[in-house]
Formats: sequence, C-alpha cells, structure tokens
Amino acid sequence: MPKPVYFSGGVHPHEGKAPTAAATIAAAPLLPLYTVPFHQHIGAPPKPVVAKGDRVLRGQVLAEANGVVSAPVHAPTSGVVKDIVDIASPMGRLGPSVLLEADGQDAPAEPLAPIAAWQDAAPDVLRQRIAQAGIVGMGGAAFPAAVKLTPPPSKRIDTLILNGVECEPCLTADHRLMLEAPEPILTGALIMARILGVKTILVGIEQNKPDAIALLDAAAAPLGIRVQGLRVRYPQGAEKQLIYALTGRKVPTGGLPMDVGVVVQNVGTSAAVAAAVREGTPLYERVTTITGTPVANPGNWRLRVGTSYAKAIELAGGITGETAKVISGGPMMGFSVYDLDTPVMKNTSGILLMAPAEVSQYQSHACIRCGRCVDACPMHIMAEALGVQIENERYDLAERTRVLDCIECGCCAYACPAHRPLVQHMRRAKQEVLARRRAREAQAKH
Amino acid sequence: MSPQVVQAIWAVVWLLVAGVLSGLVIGVVVKVFGAEPDPRLEEVEGLLPGANCGACGFAGCAAFAAALVSGKATDPGLCPSSNAAAVARICALLGLTASEREPKVAVVMCGGDRDHARDAALYNGVADCKDAMMVAGGAKGCRHGCLGLATCARTCPFQAIEITPTGIALVHPERCTGCGKCVAACPRQLIRLVPRRATIHVLCSSPAKGPAKRAVCQRACIACRKCVKAAGEEHMSMKGFLAVVNYNDPPPDSVAAECPTGCLVAAGGGARTDAKAEVAHA
Amino acid sequence: MSDTAIRLPDPRRLVVSSSPHAHSGEDVRAIMLTVVAALLPACLAGVWVFGPRALLVLAVCTASAVLTEAILARLLRRPVRLSDGSAVLTGLLLGMNLSAGTPLWIGAIGSVIAIGLGKMIYGGLGYNPFNPALVGRVALLLAFPSALTTWVKPCGPGGWAVPVDGMTAATPLGQLAMAGGWIPEQVMTVADNPIGLRECFLGNIGGCLGETSTLALLIGGIFLIARRLIRWQVPLGFIGTVALITAIAHAAAPDRYAPAAFHLLTGGLFLGAFFMATDMVTSPIGRLGGFIFGVGCGLITCVIRLWGSYPEGVSFSILIMNALTPLIDRWTAGKPFGSVPAKGAAS
Repeated sequence: MPKPVYFSGGVHPHEGKAPTAAATIAAAPLLPLYTVPFHQHIGAPPKPVVAKGDRVLRGQVLAEANGVVSAPVHAPTSGVVKDIVDIASPMGRLGPSVLLEADGQDAPAEPLAPIAAWQDAAPDVLRQRIAQAGIVGMGGAAFPAAVKLTPPPSKRIDTLILNGVECEPCLTADHRLMLEAPEPILTGALIMARILGVKTILVGIEQNKPDAIALLDAAAAPLGIRVQGLRVRYPQGAEKQLIYALTGRKVPTGGLPMDVGVVVQNVGTSAAVAAAVREGTPLYERVTTITGTPVANPGNWRLRVGTSYAKAIELAGGITGETAKVISGGPMMGFSVYDLDTPVMKNTSGILLMAPAEVSQYQSHACIRCGRCVDACPMHIMAEALGVQIENERYDLAERTRVLDCIECGCCAYACPAHRPLVQHMRRAKQEVLARRRAREAQAKH
Repeated sequence: MSPQVVQAIWAVVWLLVAGVLSGLVIGVVVKVFGAEPDPRLEEVEGLLPGANCGACGFAGCAAFAAALVSGKATDPGLCPSSNAAAVARICALLGLTASEREPKVAVVMCGGDRDHARDAALYNGVADCKDAMMVAGGAKGCRHGCLGLATCARTCPFQAIEITPTGIALVHPERCTGCGKCVAACPRQLIRLVPRRATIHVLCSSPAKGPAKRAVCQRACIACRKCVKAAGEEHMSMKGFLAVVNYNDPPPDSVAAECPTGCLVAAGGGARTDAKAEVAHA
Repeated sequence: MSDTAIRLPDPRRLVVSSSPHAHSGEDVRAIMLTVVAALLPACLAGVWVFGPRALLVLAVCTASAVLTEAILARLLRRPVRLSDGSAVLTGLLLGMNLSAGTPLWIGAIGSVIAIGLGKMIYGGLGYNPFNPALVGRVALLLAFPSALTTWVKPCGPGGWAVPVDGMTAATPLGQLAMAGGWIPEQVMTVADNPIGLRECFLGNIGGCLGETSTLALLIGGIFLIARRLIRWQVPLGFIGTVALITAIAHAAAPDRYAPAAFHLLTGGLFLGAFFMATDMVTSPIGRLGGFIFGVGCGLITCVIRLWGSYPEGVSFSILIMNALTPLIDRWTAGKPFGSVPAKGAAS
C-alpha cells in the first residue's frame, strides 16, 4: 500500500481522549421527553407530517425530505406530539421542533423492509433506502448521505473513503464504534461501494488508535478493504486532507471530493447505512461522547436524537466542578451552547464540558505578524492578512485572499499568541462574501 | 547685494516661471480635451446630503445626482435624507416634481436593555451583532432581543443610533432621516421604519408566548391585550403573542399607561425613544 | 436518575464563543520575554567588555521606553499593555545599539523616539511598519552624529566606560573606512593595540555595547531558532549574502576590501540579523519571504559598507527592507491547498 502523503500545517492540541477511550458504549434509558428538531442536516428544511396531539411510534417519520438535498426525521420513541415549538440548534439556528412526550412503550413503527440480499440489490434501491432512513453525515457536517452517494454522471468515482480519523480532541465515539461494531461499519462501506460502483475502499484512522487499526484491519483485509494508520496531526480528518493522505489527490479549491473521484463517509454514517439496509432501521440514535474535566463519569453513550444536553450530562453523572463552557462537538470545531435544553442531533458527536481554567479568552489584541496562523493553516491561506482585512470590514479583499477556502478547522486561532478570534472572523467573512455573490448574481439576472 | 540673495531671487523667479507655464499647459489641455461639466450636476450634488446612504436606490449621492440630471431618475423625493427645501430647490432646478412622501423614522423594536432582559451567557468574541449571532445564536436570553453590539450604529451614516449605557440600541429621531440602512443591518430584524408622526410603539419583537418571554425579559409584550382593549381594534391589534400599533391610525399616547410591562412606550412629538433613554439612564 | 441530586452546569455562568475552544497556550508576552531572555547573553557580554556603565545605558533606555509607552498609551486612550513586554524589548534593543559611553539623556531621547514615533504613532504594537528600536537608533544617529559615533575602549567589567581624550576607540569598521582600504595593521586595532579575529568573535572590540560579541549573539539567536520564535531563513539570507559579496569583493581587490570574516564578525551584523531583521511585526510572514528579506538586508548592508560613506549599514538596510515587507508578503503569498492554476487564476 502506498505511503500516505501528509498535508503541511496543522497543530497538535492536547488529545484529551484518555478519559473515554476505554469507555464502552452504554445504552441510555428511555426519557420522558425528547425534543426533535426537524432541520438536522445541511440543505432544505424537511416538511413536517405530524401535528400537535398526534401519536407516533418509534421510527415513524416526523418530517419528510423536501427536495433532493434534504432528509427525513424519525421519531426516537413512541409517544404523543405534545407541541411543535421553535428550538435553537447547537449552532443557534431557531427552527421548529417536535416536543415528543414518550409513552414508555417504545413501540416500534412498521419498519422499512430489510434488504437482506443487498449484494444483489440495485444501487438505486439502496440509495433510496439510505435517503428514506434519514441518514446524514454523522461526523459533524450532517450532509445528506444519499446525496453524496449520487454523483452526477460526469464525475467518475473510483474510491470510497471511510473516515475513522477522529482527529478532534476529546472525542472517542468513532473510536469506540470501530472497536465494538467493526462489522456494520465495513458492511456499510461495501453497500456504499456497491451504490457507487467502486472497487477501492480505504479506511483512514489516526495512529493514536492502534487497537482500532488492528481490529478493523483484521476484519477488513478479507473483504478487500484497506485500513491505513495516519499521522496524528489535527486536522487529519478534514475531508480534503484525508483524501490527500490516502490517495495523493488534491481536491481543487472550491471543489468537492467527487471532483477527484472520491466519496468520503464517516464510520458512524457507514454503520447507520448498514442498519438501514439490513434491518430497515432509520437513523434516530447515535453514539455520543460526553466528556470534560467537570463531568463526573465521562464516557460514550448511544443517545436518541432529541435527548437534551441536560439529560445527557445527567447520564454521565452530572458535574463535579464548576463548568464554564458546554460545547456541542469537540474543542476545535464544536459549538459552544448555553441552553441545556439543546437537543442531541444526528451529528452530535460529543458533548464537552470545560472548567473555567480551561477556557481561553479571545481578545482583539493587534496581530503581531508572527505567522503562527499561516504555518498552522492546513489550507495554506493567509489567515493573518485575512484577520486584518475582515476587522476592517474589507470583505472584497478577503474574497481575493481566498477566505472561501477556509475550512474553519481552528488551527489559526489555536496557534495565535495574540488570542485573536480568527475563526469567527473567517466565518463572518464567508457569510458576507457569499451574500455579496448572491446579490451580484441576482443583479446580473436583471 | 550678496550673491546668496541674488541666488534666492533667481530661484523664486524660476519657480514662478515653471508654475505659470504648467498652469498654462493644464489650462490648454482642459480647454481642448476636457468635457464641460453640467453646472446643474454640481449644484444638485451639493444639495443632496452626501451621506451615500443608498436609500434612493442608487450607488450614492453622486450617482443619484447624475441620474436626476440625465433624466434616468425623475423623483428627487426618493431621497429621504434631504429636507423639503433642498428637494424643492432640486425640483426647481431640473423642472421635476417630487413625490409626497411620508417622513419616516427608524425605531428599534426592543426595550429589553441589560437591566430588564438578562443575558443567558457571557459572550466572548468579536463585538458585532452579526458575529455574535454566529455563536449559539447570540448570548441574550431573548432570541429576539437587541444584542447591543452596535452593528446598526456603525452602519448609520448620520450617527443617529446610540448604544445606551445599559446595552441597547436607541435611535435618536432628530438625527434619523429614515434611510433604512440600519433596518438591513440588524441581524435580528428588530429595526422598523415607521411614520415619523407616530408617537407610540410596542418595543418587543418576540413571537414567543407570554410566560416564555417574561422569563427572559421584564419589558416584553406578554399579550395581555390591555392596550388593544383601551385603544380599540382600529388602533391596535394582536399579531400572535404581540400587540401591534396600526401605524396608519395610531392610538393616543395615553394608551401607553395601560401596559403592565412598560413595553408600550409613548412620547410626545415623535420623540418617544427618549422615554427609553430615560429608563436606560435611570 | 431522578432520585439522586445530580449537579448540572449553571447556564447563566456559561461562556459562549466561536470555535476553537482550545488554545496552544502561547501568548505575546511569553514571546517578547523569551526574546528578551535571548538578548541577555549579549547584554552580559556588553557589560563584561564595557563595564557597568553599559548596564546603566541599557537600564535608562529600557526604563524610558516603558515609561514612554505607559504615558503615550494613556494619552492616546489606548489600553496600556506594558505587560506584553514589547516596550522592554524595544528599549533593550535600542540600548544594545548604543555605545556604552553614550550620554544617558541621548539614550532616553532615543527611547522616546523609538516608542513614540516608531510604534505608538501607528497605533501600537502590531501596526508599526518599521522596527521601533532602529527608528530610535537612526534618529539619534542623524541628530547626534558625533555622540553616536564616539566609541569607548573596552575596559573590562571593572572599568567605567567614559569617552575621555585618549580613551576613545573607533570600531573596526570605522577604522576600515578611515584607512580607505584593507590595511590590517591600521584596521585590526583597539586603541592602538593589535587584535585578531578571535577578539572580534568574543567581542573585545569597540562598537555598540550589544553588538560586539558575536559569540553571545549566536547563543541567543540559536536559542530563538530552537524555540521557533524566529525563522532561520532571515539570518541565513542576511549573513550569507554579506559573506558572499564581501568574499567576492575581497577576492577581486584584496588590498581594497576587507575579507568576509572581518565583515561578519564586526559591526552590528549578527545583532541585526538575529534580533532586528527577525522582528515579527516588521518582517515578512513566510519562510521564502524571510529569506528574500534577509538577502535584501545583506545586499543593502554590503552596498553601504563597501561603497557608502557610512562605515556601517545594518540599521539602514533593515529599515529599508521593512518598507518592502508588505510587497514581499504579497509576492510570496502561498497558494491555497488544491489551487488549480488554470481555474484559480480567473477568479
């Protein structure tokens, strides 16, 4: 197997995986109430099909896909729709959500028909199943999986990559899943390879998980799937950096993995695909790491979508010390939240709590041009110049300085000795640049 | 005369000669190649406020002036920021008629300052409302409340918006021209343009239910309908859980006394926002 | 779960901020203080060579730099950030660029100019286009040329370096300029005592109190490179270019131009190359940019030393290249990961 080629840049933050790396995935008890947002993916919000007072069963559709880039949402348990209210997602986006009062029966709805003989099933049938099951990218981006598996005919796909890198510090959900459920992960990969019609399946795992590499490699070798250990360097698990490491191909700026013949899926997504195809189970639960120094019993739990953060933290025994930050996801790319009623969603890979001493403050101290950010940037953009341009609201210059290539991995702000809020600047600038582009396009049409 | 003085005199003479010559050259070039500027253009531009607020729909005051003079635009009244005298002068100059427009003023439809609406968390980041919105949707307890990070104030070409010491945006109507730039700037869509003569406003934009709002803000509209009953349906009405003023026919200021939370605010002479300022400074 | 009292975080005391929520722990202050620490060997060497008066010059420059920063920050209504250590560094660097016998009030004026006109007038740390310490030094050089070029003889740690008649000693570079050619017996002397390259390396020669000991500067410079606080490309480009050009010049006209070793070990080359040209704020961001910057400094230094009327050109060369830094940054800006030349160029 060819040696991996590594991106230049990146950082090596404190891994913080030790407290949960050995914690087996625990089942969560049934809760009396779930808050299920309709819009849990990138793309068009789905169409609600339930109303206040409706009785629903576990796995029943609450909202169906609305257009191509969209995904349905399923009930995590049986019960009654108490109300439909606006709830903020971890990113702070307000959207209608079902308040589902569980009846304690956990009665399943009529499942989708299992496709036992998926080896012989037509790709379209499998693809449709993945769409029906509401599977989205579970690594964090929440892009509908079926859409990724439907490349336009002009793009020839020859490689499927499973992302088991989990470079985000503190999180071990994917690690535990690879150790405890290697079979569904690999089967899911074979199903997706069948859909795409590709022969090459590669699995990338960071070398700080030698047990997962060994276990998965042993199980994958007979299936013709190659497992590759990768250098521990954040953000090795970023899509473009992972593709480069495993195939040596560089996704062109502004392009997608399919432009270089690759589709990347997270290992959790792959396991969900296997469950949806073989058992007909839609996506309504996922493995989430609950960790952080204040957490009493950090570990990994299989949580149903709609579990509130407060309940999830209770599962982990509550807190033992003062908590200054609650983060949805990991420390590098996660979103800090303040509302403990925020629900776990399909892409919630972790809930991280931080003690006051661990929270670093952002300041608008002037840039001293040390170049740490430029060295750290895995996308090789001039973060230092962008920071100044954006501070001066020169979004036109920021566009020319390639702010749209930023993947918001956080390496620049992590490395900045002046503690400048660089990622926030980048996100704002990307928002402004895209808004301007839309305005320009709208004007061009007139 | 010492040689130095002679030298200095010569230097002055030569400089003068060089200056006169260059002046002549420039003059000739302008006469031969330069286009005659329309004197009306200069005057119209001078009459426009020069704030480049863009409310007229053109790129700025110079572009609007050019459009008016060239006939591309026919309505000087499109500029909300010019006073009546200036508009009349432009009309006389260009032989146009300005449309009669209701003078408007911007109002921040939120009364939940720091003393009355608590922050849900401590925000640490770029001091700009749009940036703050990207972090957990803004750290204010009310998700429809003013964040007070001055994005509107920085956008206002007339410095008409102040962030009060208790952290809420406040429009000074005497400076506001109703150009509407702040309306587009506010990421929470809290600013509205209303008729200048209206003196009573509901300072709440949250569509949430009364108790939910009350939990995060003491000055929220709790949908008690007292104002609607007092003013009558033709002057005020309910839109969901929010009382709304009928700006075509606003109720008298006295109705404000009915409001139990202080969300309905009135002030004489259109300067009702000053009442908010008093509360803010108290 | 409900019977035990489980503690949850208090939402009212939570902090929300943009990602990332982790930080490397490095800060501006640590960087500045590490650079100050790296300068200490050279300062010690200065005191060793020129006696305690060198220490007095350093102390006056540093103290007046800090004081100026505090006063100006308050006057300009900017946050007073003395603790970031940048004023200490500027003051110290300025002091190292002066003779041990410099009148103290001149040193203080230099610090005021360095901090006031070199830094604060642009908005403070991070906004200054020119190295503040060099702005201060060059301003003094132009304003007080004789005081700035009156050198004291190395007197050892026990002596008191005061320029009195018969005690002055020109720098080797100054003697080279006066001799008008490479006449070793005229150039390689300190107060009429012949010296060798070994003295130049150790620092037992006339010159600015912080520039004479190449050894001490090298120790500090290597420490900074090892701590990744400066890029080795800058000193390599700078010193390498000076070595190359002076070697060629010496080979072409041995009796006119001094050998490369002489040029490397005398004057402010090592101080400039390791500590002034590498100033983060005023030098290019990237490695290639740093190398180009270093080469440019070397070229200008050689032009001034070999053909200019000033014996020394390190300060001027760095200031001139400081002005070119934004351009170098633009030329050497990297291509984003995955740039496609054909497509990327269009946008």
